[in-house]
Amino acid sequence: MTKTVPLTLTIALSGLLAMPAYAATLQVQLEIPTLNVAEYHRPYVAVYVEGADGKATANLAVWYQNKDTKEGHGTKWLPDLRQWWRKSGRSLDLPVDGVTGPTRPAGVQTLDFAANAPQLSDLKPGNYTLVVEAAREVGGRELVKVPFTWPATAVQTAKGHGSSEIGAVSLTARP
Amino acid sequence: MKRCLTLALALASVLPFTAAAHKQWLLPSSTVVAGNDVWITVDAAVSNELYYPDFVPVRLDNVTVTGPDGSAVQLQNASTGKTRSVFDVELKQQGTYRIANLNNGLSARWGERRTGGEGGKPDAGKGQAPAAPKPADNQDSGFLRNATVEDLTTKVPKNAKNLEISETLGRVETFVSNGEPTEIKPTGKGLELLPVTQPNDLFTGEPAKFKLLVDGKPAAGLEVQVVRGATRYRNAQDEQKVTTDTSGQFTVNWQEPGMYWLSASTSDNKTTVKQATQRRLSYVATLEVLPQ
Repeated sequence: MTKTVPLTLTIALSGLLAMPAYAATLQVQLEIPTLNVAEYHRPYVAVYVEGADGKATANLAVWYQNKDTKEGHGTKWLPDLRQWWRKSGRSLDLPVDGVTGPTRPAGVQTLDFAANAPQLSDLKPGNYTLVVEAAREVGGRELVKVPFTWPATAVQTAKGHGSSEIGAVSLTARP
Repeated sequence: MKRCLTLALALASVLPFTAAAHKQWLLPSSTVVAGNDVWITVDAAVSNELYYPDFVPVRLDNVTVTGPDGSAVQLQNASTGKTRSVFDVELKQQGTYRIANLNNGLSARWGERRTGGEGGKPDAGKGQAPAAPKPADNQDSGFLRNATVEDLTTKVPKNAKNLEISETLGRVETFVSNGEPTEIKPTGKGLELLPVTQPNDLFTGEPAKFKLLVDGKPAAGLEVQVVRGATRYRNAQDEQKVTTDTSGQFTVNWQEPGMYWLSASTSDNKTTVKQATQRRLSYVATLEVLPQ
């Protein structure tokens, strides 16, 4: 009993201190802006990683309407995430465990991945671009791109910012 | 006499031999869709402005929808109105659907040639009454459109002078992809587009490459005209003209997103009907270009 407490504490502390001794991680934070509009719908968002060749290498998150409504199934509007759809979405068997999920409300959304997470399994060492694409019903579309290198040799933070449908985007890769 | 002249002029202007002042098109409501049971709507019309139905409808008798697996898909809720025809297509498969209007037929003209006039009812498919001059009118000249081989013996005067019979093969089409696009196989007949760039993968700033084939073989040296839609809201056609290279390939640069009308035509003498001396081939595609 007494043994487990110190172990938990050590792990918690190392998470805070980001000690290189532990597994590498990738964290993405993106802000869904609060918008003052008459008819607000939560945006469809795709967070994915593109290789240097522009091809999608990893899908980190796709948020869309998961239930049917009288307007049809939520997947109907996935092609509105134009770039994600053509680079990855249209060839996927949806939903994808650990990636797809329901739409999220306004605010900062955080995605955490361990380096050995299945979502990152296709990321070989190299230069990549994190892409955040958002499309909002009766609203706009926006794409924010944040370049980064994987895996991180030192703590790496990269930032981007949208101007309408996406707020601040930041990526932190820890070695 | 005046009425006869007016009629003849009006009819002469209908000849497919003159450069078409109008554009025939099929316009889908979406070209990139997703779902297990997606419905799209297609407008079919002939018009001056793109893509506004300001003239006559395209009759749906020869409009076909081919699914990704090559099977024929039924047109649903079809109707033909004053200025356009409209129909729905249910996309139950994943892949690329090909929606096409095939205008195949024979044309004949004889006698004195009149210079083509402006606009008039163009070739819009079977079902339109062949416009032959009445027996009481001048028998020395006349023409037939959408004729069958039988019409050539029954409707053309026995002693017709200057008789010219042509075969026309026209294809007007568009493409819609549900989910992942699939390969578009050439039919091998007439003038058609062979995608190098998938037609439902077009974005501004990304040059698209296509090939033109005649009877399955690359057609070099053909001029292709590309016009963006929404012509009503600008003061020039702003059309692009490109020519196919020796491998039948051409490249189009899309400066702006929108629906684009792409057209090419050619003629040769590889007729299948022996009385015909030449073959007129034409191709039109409606392509959607999306913003980045």
